[in-house]
Amino acid sequence: MPVNVKSAGLATTVQDLGRPGYYHLGIPIGGAMDRLALRAANMLVGNDEGAACLEAVFMGPELEFNEDTLIAITGAELPPKIDGEVRDTWTTLKVKKGQVLSFDYLRAGARAYIAVAGGIETPANLGSRSTYAIGALGGVNGRAIQPGDVLPVGNASVTIAEGTTIPANLRRGPDKPAELRVLPGLYAHRVSERSLDRFFQDTWKVASEADRMGYRFQGGAPIEFVDREPPFGAGSDPSNITDACYPYGSIQIPSGTEPIILHRDAVSGGGYFMVGTVISADMDLIGQLQPHTETRFVKVNMHTALSARRERAAAIENMRQALA
Amino acid sequence: MSSRYTFGGDEHIFVEVNEEMSLEAFFKALSMTNAVRNADIRGVTEICPANASFQIKFDPDLIHPDDLMSELKRMEEIADKEEAVLNTRIIEIPVYYQDPWTHETLMRFRERHQDPEATDIEYAARINGYDTVADFIQAHSASPWFVSMVGFVSGLPFLYQMVDRKRQIQVPKYLRPRTDTPRLTVGYGGCFSCIYSVRGAGGYQMFGITPMPIYDPEQKVNYLKDFLVFFKPGDIVKWKPITREEYERNLKEVEANTFSPRIREVVFSLDDFNRDIDGTNAKLLEVLNAG
Repeated sequence: MPVNVKSAGLATTVQDLGRPGYYHLGIPIGGAMDRLALRAANMLVGNDEGAACLEAVFMGPELEFNEDTLIAITGAELPPKIDGEVRDTWTTLKVKKGQVLSFDYLRAGARAYIAVAGGIETPANLGSRSTYAIGALGGVNGRAIQPGDVLPVGNASVTIAEGTTIPANLRRGPDKPAELRVLPGLYAHRVSERSLDRFFQDTWKVASEADRMGYRFQGGAPIEFVDREPPFGAGSDPSNITDACYPYGSIQIPSGTEPIILHRDAVSGGGYFMVGTVISADMDLIGQLQPHTETRFVKVNMHTALSARRERAAAIENMRQALA
Repeated sequence: MSSRYTFGGDEHIFVEVNEEMSLEAFFKALSMTNAVRNADIRGVTEICPANASFQIKFDPDLIHPDDLMSELKRMEEIADKEEAVLNTRIIEIPVYYQDPWTHETLMRFRERHQDPEATDIEYAARINGYDTVADFIQAHSASPWFVSMVGFVSGLPFLYQMVDRKRQIQVPKYLRPRTDTPRLTVGYGGCFSCIYSVRGAGGYQMFGITPMPIYDPEQKVNYLKDFLVFFKPGDIVKWKPITREEYERNLKEVEANTFSPRIREVVFSLDDFNRDIDGTNAKLLEVLNAG
């Protein structure tokens, strides 16, 4: 049952839970920026939690369905409309053959996930359908969807009752100001103690350069570096290191001015020092930050990072229970 | 040489073998990552060697970060005892230096460059003490290079010049990165050369272009049929300066899918190299050019 793309939105891509295993060659894991939202969308239409969905950023696409089916929209508050009638997010919706799904304007968050019963079945590369445009992998011919594309959809296995919904208390989005928990480390010793404290005290704002590769922030104090003799191979700027790997979620601050958090389509390495890493439990939140959102980096230790991770796993389990 | 261990959040351990780049640091990072791979530790999901450091990604639901940290530290002792010998390959990569495509691009981004009056290669030649660009090209292409990291984007190799340190070329990156770099540009930043595997943003100086694809997501290129990425850490590269005519001819061969790079198997010993750099390089080139 193919889906016809009538209009594409801003940068709507096919995403699943990504392609681990190739980061050592510069091919990032990719996949949904907000993985919890992708799992929820799939649960609501009876798919495997890792089935491919559409990830729409800021603006939704317009899609026409060729058969009766179930869909669900999660993540950002991007209200779906079926033949012009506004419907609920985080809810199992029925669409009939020939009906058109479109979207109202964005109310909150940044990325919405559109699941279709059976899952999007564009061809997989290296074990994933996730679109990685830089390397022309996954998606529709390695790119975002375009008007005129016809998206193949698999066979639905389980039927979920129309109107099934994820309770509001189990949905997760960023607070205001957004708080991202960070484990300091990596090259934090390059920064003076006072400057590192300031980094965690300041309120930052999401810059306009915020995409699947990384999120840039502005508005905090410039970094004060500890003096050094540049090591051979690093480069002369105090923010340079001998080119190394970048962890997902790591925060680099080129020239000490604007922090960049690398996300699912991260560049795998480079020559900038990193001050720490956003904990795994908070990576999904970054995908829902709009430009200009006020953001604070909250310093945590490993113990807190691991409990947050357990809480997040429990939240997903609660969703499964709520729908069982 | 004692490494520095640090966590990258709750899913990564980052190990800096040395702040400075050196072949010793690279070899140690490579042997430690090999040891981790061979140990087949439950919970380890990705092993990424880099120039003078490496990174391990893991699933903290399967192994506690502190336990993995202790295991890695134990492996440093194994790596320290390992002999730095590599069974690898040497590959000849044709380079059309000062080509019109990187020239057009560098002219578009002159205001982001240290020396807007010169081209990237003129600037690099001057600050490294070469009288002419031809001398600089000779220095860049005469000795072999070591692939010390693959990454940044899709299969991009970082290459380290196999000469003693005082002869190594060093060039700063652009003041502000470009938003465009032609695909297959041969670039330079810090002490590393690179080949841009795909078109895109970049901060390295641009010296030329190779006709030889090194990344093919469709895996149609004859020498990329088995895997979409050409390079792996430990590969040795010899640049071969070519003319416009040779470039065009190579390009036609690539289009007809008949181009195949010159590749020979070699054994590289770091001790032998350190004892006699020029002699070791001469032997490598002899193998490359034989037959």
